[in-house]
Amino acid sequence: MSDTREQEFLEYVQGGGQVETHDWMPEEYRKRLIKFVEMHANSELMGVLPERDWILRAPTLQRKLALTAKIQDEVGHAQLIYRVVEDLGKPRDDCLDDLLSGRSKFHNVFHYPTRTWGDVGVIAWLVDAAAIISQKALLKCSYGPYARIMKRICWEESFHVLHGRDVVLALVNGTDLQRELVQEALDRWWVPLMMFHGTPLPAEDDPMLHWRIKSQANEGARQQFLEGYVPQVRELGLTLPDPKLRRREDGTWEYTEPDWDELMSVVSGHGPASAERLAFRRLSRAEVDWVSRVVLAEAA
Amino acid sequence: MPDRIYEVFRMERKGQPLQHAGSFHAPDDRFAEAYAREFYARRHESAALWVVPRSAVTTIEDFGDELDTSYRRVDGYSLKVRLREARRRVAEGG
Ligand SMILES: [Fe+2]
Ligand SMILES: [Fe+2]
Repeated sequence: MSDTREQEFLEYVQGGGQVETHDWMPEEYRKRLIKFVEMHANSELMGVLPERDWILRAPTLQRKLALTAKIQDEVGHAQLIYRVVEDLGKPRDDCLDDLLSGRSKFHNVFHYPTRTWGDVGVIAWLVDAAAIISQKALLKCSYGPYARIMKRICWEESFHVLHGRDVVLALVNGTDLQRELVQEALDRWWVPLMMFHGTPLPAEDDPMLHWRIKSQANEGARQQFLEGYVPQVRELGLTLPDPKLRRREDGTWEYTEPDWDELMSVVSGHGPASAERLAFRRLSRAEVDWVSRVVLAEAA
Repeated sequence: MPDRIYEVFRMERKGQPLQHAGSFHAPDDRFAEAYAREFYARRHESAALWVVPRSAVTTIEDFGDELDTSYRRVDGYSLKVRLREARRRVAEGG
């Protein structure tokens, strides 16, 4: 009986149908959905920390304001996405507990340090570009409330890419030292960027595609990223640190396979900046605790 | 627990309908207004916002049709069949 119901649900979502908060859904679907959406929210929240380090060191007031605005957007994305998780049954406080204790994950790119202003440009341009590709594919997610907020999020992400590309352009048009700075940043970020869309899991083995939580396979997203951005990077006179990287006759991109064990190790909290970032998030949660207590007490 | 969930409806441009935009937590209406301005209009992307406590929203999702009210809808009328019948009758000079 419940098997038929689950089968009908599966056919419905695989056919492009969308589910709302109070609709019946199989437990497995709910569990996978929560885990996926929660990791997305965690990533938005943790993703501001690498950039936050550069607010005080931004080269001009305009850049400082633009960077602050981007960070505000990303925290806003976190709040929108955590709301989706909450309506699925997991309170925000539980999400934060799990994030801080390492029980839940966040995206690999946010486990690395930001060493120079070049990193700020490369992150906003290319990490956000890679993120837009994943997020655009979520516009067709089988869970309606999540798909709908993605429209707004993608719109805001496009400003980030604009800002990042502008930072990189200013650097490549500057002095030799500035060009070296941005090239060095790109060299460090390339491998994490190639890992960003995940292992090239065949579509039929990806449970996220099965339930149509995602609508694009990992490798498809990476290919789209390479196709869109490798030419844009190269036309600026920058190079990419992968001797194998080339566009095949059939239009697909060949590249050096990243070390997927390293990806697993990084996202499970063993990246170069993982411990520091989590420690900072713990500290800031403790530090602002009094604000929510005062605000809630006043409203009571 | 004084922290409440507010639902936000947003009009993108004058003359368009308000559409559900999302929700957030706020301790009271004053905070809710401030948050709504910050979350949904900081790039001047909205012409109007409605901010409503979720508890004030009544959801109705069951729309049965036990009494067959198809006469209120297009699918309640089979003009095609009747027309064919009428035309056939006229053609046969009946
Ligand atoms: Fe974001
Ligand atoms: Fe972004």
